Amino acid sequence: MSGPTAESARPEAGEGAALAEPVAELSDITRLYRMGEEEVRALDEFSFTFRQGEYWAIMGSSGSGKSTLLNILGCVDRPTVGSYRVRDQEVADLDDDELSTFRGAELGFIFQSYNLIPQLDVLENILMPVMYQDEIPDGIEDRALELAKRVGLGDRLHHRPMQLSGGQQQRVAIARSLINDPALILADEATGNLDSKTANEILELFDELHAEGKTILLVTHEAEVGRRAENILRLKDGNIDSVERGAGRVEASDAE
Amino acid sequence: MRSSSLARAVRLGVSSLLLHKLRSFLTTLGVLFGVASVIAMLAVGEGASAEAQDQIRRLGSRNVILRSVKPPQVGDEDAEMRVLSYGLTRDDFERISETFPGVERAVPVLQTPAEVRSGELLCRPRVLCTPHLFQAVTRRDLFSGRFLTEQDEANRSLVCVLGYEVARYLHPFDTALGERVKVGEHYLEVVGVLNSRIPVGSVAVDPSSEAGGEVFVPLSTGRAYFGERQTQVRSGSMDIQEVQLHEIIVGAERDIDVPAVAAACRSMLKREHDEKDYEVIVPLELLARAEETKRIFNIVLGSIAGISLLVGGIGIMNVMLATVTERTREIGIRRALGAKRKHIVTQFLVETMVLSGAGGVVGVGVGLLIPWIVERTAELETIVEPAAPILAFGISVLVGIVFGLYPAWRAANMDPVEALRHE
Repeated sequence: MSGPTAESARPEAGEGAALAEPVAELSDITRLYRMGEEEVRALDEFSFTFRQGEYWAIMGSSGSGKSTLLNILGCVDRPTVGSYRVRDQEVADLDDDELSTFRGAELGFIFQSYNLIPQLDVLENILMPVMYQDEIPDGIEDRALELAKRVGLGDRLHHRPMQLSGGQQQRVAIARSLINDPALILADEATGNLDSKTANEILELFDELHAEGKTILLVTHEAEVGRRAENILRLKDGNIDSVERGAGRVEASDAE
Repeated sequence: MRSSSLARAVRLGVSSLLLHKLRSFLTTLGVLFGVASVIAMLAVGEGASAEAQDQIRRLGSRNVILRSVKPPQVGDEDAEMRVLSYGLTRDDFERISETFPGVERAVPVLQTPAEVRSGELLCRPRVLCTPHLFQAVTRRDLFSGRFLTEQDEANRSLVCVLGYEVARYLHPFDTALGERVKVGEHYLEVVGVLNSRIPVGSVAVDPSSEAGGEVFVPLSTGRAYFGERQTQVRSGSMDIQEVQLHEIIVGAERDIDVPAVAAACRSMLKREHDEKDYEVIVPLELLARAEETKRIFNIVLGSIAGISLLVGGIGIMNVMLATVTERTREIGIRRALGAKRKHIVTQFLVETMVLSGAGGVVGVGVGLLIPWIVERTAELETIVEPAAPILAFGISVLVGIVFGLYPAWRAANMDPVEALRHE
């Protein structure tokens, strides 16, 4: 277990909330769904701020609103009411095209089922978010190569996803989420499809990223995975159930 | 977008299509056959009509041809001897050649039903008694010797010019020039042989047939030696027909004079003849009709080919819609990772166009091959207009765009959240 090393390497961000820059600010967010006659409030006047360098586990039972929250955080869904700002950019002000570019430039996605494009090789998959940007930065191929090496796939650059194991695919996905140096890394049950050993390797990778100062939001329903994060945000019925911050909370019992 | 982005899109499209090789190939077949049939049908149609037009043109596009036609039988069928007098007259000829404006020259033709022999060989070609102008007005080529001359006409010379088929039949191994052939009861010297009207390499034509056999005799000679009465003995009764002229070929001065000359001939003949014992053939009119026929032919063939292209297009759309559904998740991923709607539209449109374009390219190849084979096996003339392959390929790409737009639009308008959740 690499828990202790990650703990010690972590920069101080927790207690003094005002210390770090806000990265994602959600204020009074409500998301309504219409299911036939019924109106479902997936999020109900939800407000929260994620700050630079924080590592959060977002937890909650199904129907608690954590998927909706993740969709809104990932800018693939828009709140019915409320404001969501990423690095001072109000997301509601962006039209569909701008929002697409914004996702590609500012967000890193990691999914439960890896979601690599089957007809592209490792390197091309890593480069994917950049390719849809209006301007492709110079030397981006070198950066992709570096990231592939970093996640331990330096010798498999031209393999197709089908030729890789689940853990390897998830590493490609992590490299992909880093290619644009995003403001926010969103991981949705990133270890859900992996065995515990591989899952641990992936979580170690997250610890490393956290140590480097990346902002990571990890959605999970596994308490064990959640415990690896720096902070835990629990949701219930579309709003905050509990917030646990900082060191020492690892031993804290579930507050449900 | 960078300039290489299109090349990249095409490369990615190809690699996506190669994931399902058989499916892509089968989808392409529809367009392939559509394009091939457009080219092949147009080529065969074009060839056929070119041949027809060529035949009409050989009649002389500046000519108006008047022909005697035997009117419906009148009088006593069982009479032992009947004299039937009908057809164009010498007066008709005079009127046309002397008074009609716009007429360059008129050439009378008298036909006699004489047998033609040389030694043991005998055939029954059309024996045409006509002045020397005949060659100029019909633009027939000489094979050897000379055509009839003014002197022949003035002297009532006992000479004749053979059509190629007749010469070939009567003198298979040597030249007919200078030889004497027996026409009816008279011996005539062969002074020339005319080229065949049938294109070289065609099947040999029977010298006794309407199409093949011709013998030309000066008109004055014909009138003096064969007369204007044609006697036919038929099952015990004698059928005598009296025709002054069988044909008058009227050559107009210019192309634009043709309709006026034809109209003048028609009204004059109508006025002078009680019965309709003549017909007026205007090659220019036939040509116009042939062109109209060709146009309709092309429209029909084009529509059939167009329908097969349409079917191909629908096939492509069908497959692309299935592909879009199948790749919903991929679309969701791409959208989440920053693809705009236009990127998704481009991606699927490019894939459809690669499919239809590939079908188009191979289809052009097959479409050019079919006329080539038809020409060699069916001995049908085919003409591939340079525009046809370009047109067909253009249509195939257009089909790709038209039938690709809807699937691409569907793909681009998917809700990313829904698409990502799709299994």
